[in-house]
Amino acid sequence: MRSINQNANASVLPNFRNLGILLRILVIVNGMCLSAALLETSAPLALLERFIDLSTMMQPTLLASLLVLAAINDWLHRLAYWPAIATVVALELTIVTAIYFLGQNMFGDSGPVARYWVFTLLITGVLIGYFDLRGRALSPALTEARLQALQARIRPHFLFNSINAVLSLIRKSPERAEHALEDMADLFRVLMADNRELTPITREIGLCRQYLALEQLRLGDRLRVEWDTAGLPADALIPPLVLQPLLENAVYHGIEPSSAPGVIALRISHDRDRVYIVLRNPYRPDGERHAGNRMALANIRERLALHFDVEASLKADITADSYEVRIVIPYLKGSA
Amino acid sequence: MVDGSPLRVLIVDDEPPARDRIRDLLSDCALKLPLEIAGEAATGREAIDLLPAAEPDVMLLDIRMPEMDGIELAQHLLKLDEPPAVIFTTAYDVYALKAFEVHAVDYLLKPIRLGRLFEALSRAREITPLRLDVLRALKPEPRSHLSVNERGRIHLIAVTEILYLKAELKYVTARTAQREFLLEESLTALEQEFLGRFVRVHRNCLVARSAIRGFERATGVDGEGQWMVVLDGLQERLAVSRRQQQIVRELGKSPR
Repeated sequence: MRSINQNANASVLPNFRNLGILLRILVIVNGMCLSAALLETSAPLALLERFIDLSTMMQPTLLASLLVLAAINDWLHRLAYWPAIATVVALELTIVTAIYFLGQNMFGDSGPVARYWVFTLLITGVLIGYFDLRGRALSPALTEARLQALQARIRPHFLFNSINAVLSLIRKSPERAEHALEDMADLFRVLMADNRELTPITREIGLCRQYLALEQLRLGDRLRVEWDTAGLPADALIPPLVLQPLLENAVYHGIEPSSAPGVIALRISHDRDRVYIVLRNPYRPDGERHAGNRMALANIRERLALHFDVEASLKADITADSYEVRIVIPYLKGSA
Repeated sequence: MVDGSPLRVLIVDDEPPARDRIRDLLSDCALKLPLEIAGEAATGREAIDLLPAAEPDVMLLDIRMPEMDGIELAQHLLKLDEPPAVIFTTAYDVYALKAFEVHAVDYLLKPIRLGRLFEALSRAREITPLRLDVLRALKPEPRSHLSVNERGRIHLIAVTEILYLKAELKYVTARTAQREFLLEESLTALEQEFLGRFVRVHRNCLVARSAIRGFERATGVDGEGQWMVVLDGLQERLAVSRRQQQIVRELGKSPR
């Protein structure tokens, strides 16, 4: 299942191939080393020395563990939770023992092996407990609630103005009104759907075009959109409603405040393992309140984090006369 | 406006379909209520320019429009000797609507219903005129334009085009690169409203920061040296009072 990183049962092993998980393990283990060093001394130099001492013992074990765990990640996830935990604990004890005996020559006398077993059990226990708690915090029920709360909400302003635009078409050009209503139906179907699963990027783009067609009804020539999709990865999967709310923001803050035409430029490209999305729109420093914009960005950022943890990013830049949002997400291929 | 003559309605909305829709509804209303479409405008400025020819009795003003919103436009309309009745239209605006209810300001929600529009227009001749303080409270943000009534016509002055504001006797003079306008407003209130855009160089004078090219020394009336502001686009020099001398250092530009 390619939706949320941790979303099966409440107690589930972390994905050891996820960069965010690996980083967390590194930080926590080294943090524990630092605390152990702090217990012994607090003089900066001595502390550093002690920390390095502990680390030299720790790092090989840690890195070997991460490598092995990443390698057997898929197999581990096929096990039930408790057998998997037992396997991980046994694995850790084996690795630390192996490194203890292999490294005896290198590190010199480093005390009885039992000491390292206790230390390993302690660290493994803390990590398992941490990931269990984190898993529960992101458990399906909660994640779903959060995602639903986060689901990009269309501005009421847009809904009522669009209905108004469609009404104006009914007498003069009933066919255009039909098309517009069809676009609206599609848009709202997606907005009201369960949007936890990743969606093909081409579908999101189709949705964006329907949205823009509706806005074009109201804004006419004032709204110009330049698509650069030459580097579009047609088989990529992205979280739904990442692009559309960004376009809605661009229209609301970049196009509507001016009676002169404005250009929204959207570029999508990719390399081997990432998809890049850049959206630029005109910016007016003396424009309107920007709280709505920040909220939409925070919303998308949080949804990206729920899906991809630290492997996705969203940055917003303001230059003299333009506003630019850059999104990087992992390139996940669908069956498209 | 004379009772019995058709009601002249001016439509102001930046979105063409929204104007089309109102026009359709107005022609439906016209079957039961004598009315005429006096004109259509897409911006506040267009609306102001149309006023003398259109002579509307009622204006339907969209609230959210580029450059100048409907609430500000309504403020400028009050400069007329006989301002038209104003009915606001809006798709969605929680805060404004609450305030409209409180102050009994007339408004229509988009999409507008024929019945509501008909009702509002039927009452239009009795609508109580809007009050400036109410409109200011509805939109406390600085205005985009100032306005003056000259021989019955409203002139708009874009705030960005004002080089300086100077208090003289009862009036405040607003100077743009082209000409002067006499405003009936207080310099202190203007200073408060456009905080940051203008800097006070003298008890009676605010200068647009962006218009200051530099400062130069001159001999004042009392024969002592005095700093003068050199402006972009104007030959005129403005005196910096002794109390405001620190701005010469703060803005720290020497004449180019």
